[in-house]
Amino acid sequence: MRVAVLQFPGSNCDDDCLQAFGRVLGCEASLVWHGASELPIGTDLVVLPGGFSYGDYLRCGAIAAHSPVMAATKRFAERGGNVFGICNGFQVLTEARMLPGALLRNAGLAFVCKNVTLRVESQRSSLTARIAVGSQYVMPIAHMEGNYFADEATLDAMEARGQIVLRYVDGATGQAVAGANPNGACRNIAGVANERGNVVGMMPHPERVMEGLLGGEDGKALLEGLVAQVAAAAA
Amino acid sequence: MRARVLIVPRPEVLDPQGRAVAHALAGLGFAGVRDVRVGRIVYLTLDDGLGRADAAREVERMAKELLANLIVEDFTIEWMD
Repeated sequence: MRVAVLQFPGSNCDDDCLQAFGRVLGCEASLVWHGASELPIGTDLVVLPGGFSYGDYLRCGAIAAHSPVMAATKRFAERGGNVFGICNGFQVLTEARMLPGALLRNAGLAFVCKNVTLRVESQRSSLTARIAVGSQYVMPIAHMEGNYFADEATLDAMEARGQIVLRYVDGATGQAVAGANPNGACRNIAGVANERGNVVGMMPHPERVMEGLLGGEDGKALLEGLVAQVAAAAA
Repeated sequence: MRARVLIVPRPEVLDPQGRAVAHALAGLGFAGVRDVRVGRIVYLTLDDGLGRADAAREVERMAKELLANLIVEDFTIEWMD
């Protein structure tokens, strides 16, 4: 399975994603520069890594969303190709209008870097298709603009269609309570999908918890589901 | 030709930055501030060859496509000459 990890000026989780999808999950993963007008032939999955693309100038992800490689990524997604964004990658996908909503400054105005507990809310995405609803994972967030916003009507429609795929929850009770919300995100949303389910974005960093030596394997468990789903679709 | 594009968070969007500034103003003893919204200004210098009508259309497109995110922000265009 071929994974294209996009690299923008200012990406800083690109190598982590290469390690996660390549070495740990056994995919054929390569970096693709933002200026590329086409994705490598045979790409099965496009990954947008975390970081500070274009220095977060204007708005996080706003300038990256208009780069040549994103035009190619949009065409890929329109043909049904799978696209997955983490943190800044999620911001880029919302700015490119490939995902609904926007990511605002954290409600507490502080950069938040800590472990959070996530609960899978829906199987209607390539990321969560093979994971039971209610499954919980612990992984880090590290962002300044992770406060997910969409208007109420959009949120209701997304909820009805199963596009809200991950929520921040209390680790002990599994409930999406206010105290478990690290950034003020509407309805404790940590990850969303498009209507078709082939484009997914999440603020937390699964690629940082791929190995016990580095603090846990919850990210591996989550991304194994994505890889299995994409591989099955490609077969 | 010079234009400036004023970009502010939409009224229904919580603006934590504005709220923090409001707190700070209250702390400095400025009473009577009911709300603060923090936005950004983009100054554009445009080729004079463009007529005002074309320039206005172009700046409007720039604002919609890149300068503002209409999901969370509103913009207004002001001409400076």
